[in-house]
Amino acid sequence: MDFKDYYQVIGVEKDATQDEVKRAYRRLARKYHPDVSKEPHAEARFKEIGEAHDVLSDPDKRAAYDKLGAGWKSGQDFSPPPDWDTGFEFRGGGFNGEGASTYSDFFEALFGQRMGAARPGRRQTRVQARGDDHHAKVLIDLEDAYEGATRTITLRNPEWDSDGRLVYKEHTLKVRIPKGLKKGQEIRLAGQGTPGMGGGEPGDLYLEIGFNPHRLYRIDGRDLYLNLPVAPWEAALGATVQVPTPGGLVDLSIPAGTPTGRKLRLKGLGIPGTPPGDIYVILVITLPAATNDSAKELYRKMESELAFNPRSKLGV
Amino acid sequence: MKEDLLTGDILDEHHELSLRELCRVCSLDTMRIVEFVDEGILKPTGRIQANWRFSAVTIQVVQRTVRLQRDLDINLAGVALVLDLMEEIERLRSRVEVLDRS
Repeated sequence: MDFKDYYQVIGVEKDATQDEVKRAYRRLARKYHPDVSKEPHAEARFKEIGEAHDVLSDPDKRAAYDKLGAGWKSGQDFSPPPDWDTGFEFRGGGFNGEGASTYSDFFEALFGQRMGAARPGRRQTRVQARGDDHHAKVLIDLEDAYEGATRTITLRNPEWDSDGRLVYKEHTLKVRIPKGLKKGQEIRLAGQGTPGMGGGEPGDLYLEIGFNPHRLYRIDGRDLYLNLPVAPWEAALGATVQVPTPGGLVDLSIPAGTPTGRKLRLKGLGIPGTPPGDIYVILVITLPAATNDSAKELYRKMESELAFNPRSKLGV
Repeated sequence: MKEDLLTGDILDEHHELSLRELCRVCSLDTMRIVEFVDEGILKPTGRIQANWRFSAVTIQVVQRTVRLQRDLDINLAGVALVLDLMEEIERLRSRVEVLDRS
């Protein structure tokens, strides 16, 4: 287990006041909140910040951590010395829903076990509580949205072992991803979250769909965008050309005199659904290279015979 | 251990929930959901509370609202604004992505 430098996580000095800790935490929490942030690894960062705040904002935990922390560096291999926490009393809230499943092993080793230790041994009124919901992101390929797919998801659920310690148990699920999903959409698997306590209902598992970038298409909701290169004569004279779609090749008729950048719609060929999306084909007129004499000759012929000024609208 | 292939519920606009179902799924009491509706964060169909129907997409919005309220200590009007702005940013981001690679 690596030692975590909570001061470094939150970006404050060791002698920071409670107000400084709070301000630094607030700023970082807004920046890395997983619902708001597009920073990479925002979720992991957010948890780490929350954990650091949890320790540093509680005077007792902070004092215990400071006593322990002198002499340790961030990332160093760490195991807590026995009785490191004598003389401190934590007012933390033990198994408080979301929290228990989100703390790091480091935090659990310091503050978790001790709160957990008291739990199963004592004969207290059994609390009945619904288990936590889990949220996970699943990346699929565009083709999966057309055909459906299966994905294997691994979750870590907190459990109390026979010694009353909090341990994490891995739990693997195989999930069918139906076709027709779009970015950001969620699938709910009822009862697949954390098991409930004292006979309470288990939580649910929510999977949020995201897409891997595609080589050819850009994805917007259920619509796709594709750049389609066309030859100058196809655009000028009109033509029927083949267009690849995730569902297979289709013929697209290009009207004569189509300018570059024109958007043509293939209705209903986007991601399936009710209604299905469309594919927008953006025409990009592509010039043949003038690398040999006959090609040069053709361009020169156009120059002399077409009387074409592409900049006439600019007045030059 | 043999694993079964699980099929979940797709939370899209084709599935609807009553107020009671929404409260159960999100583990919230009715009061909270009514507050969210009053703030304009949730838009159920049905003019009176007894007839409210929520699109399943609402679940995601409710959970996001709860997290933002709890984690960032924002009041409901603030959350409503954040959600609107996020939606706008998301829309613009998709546009940028489409244009960037043209």
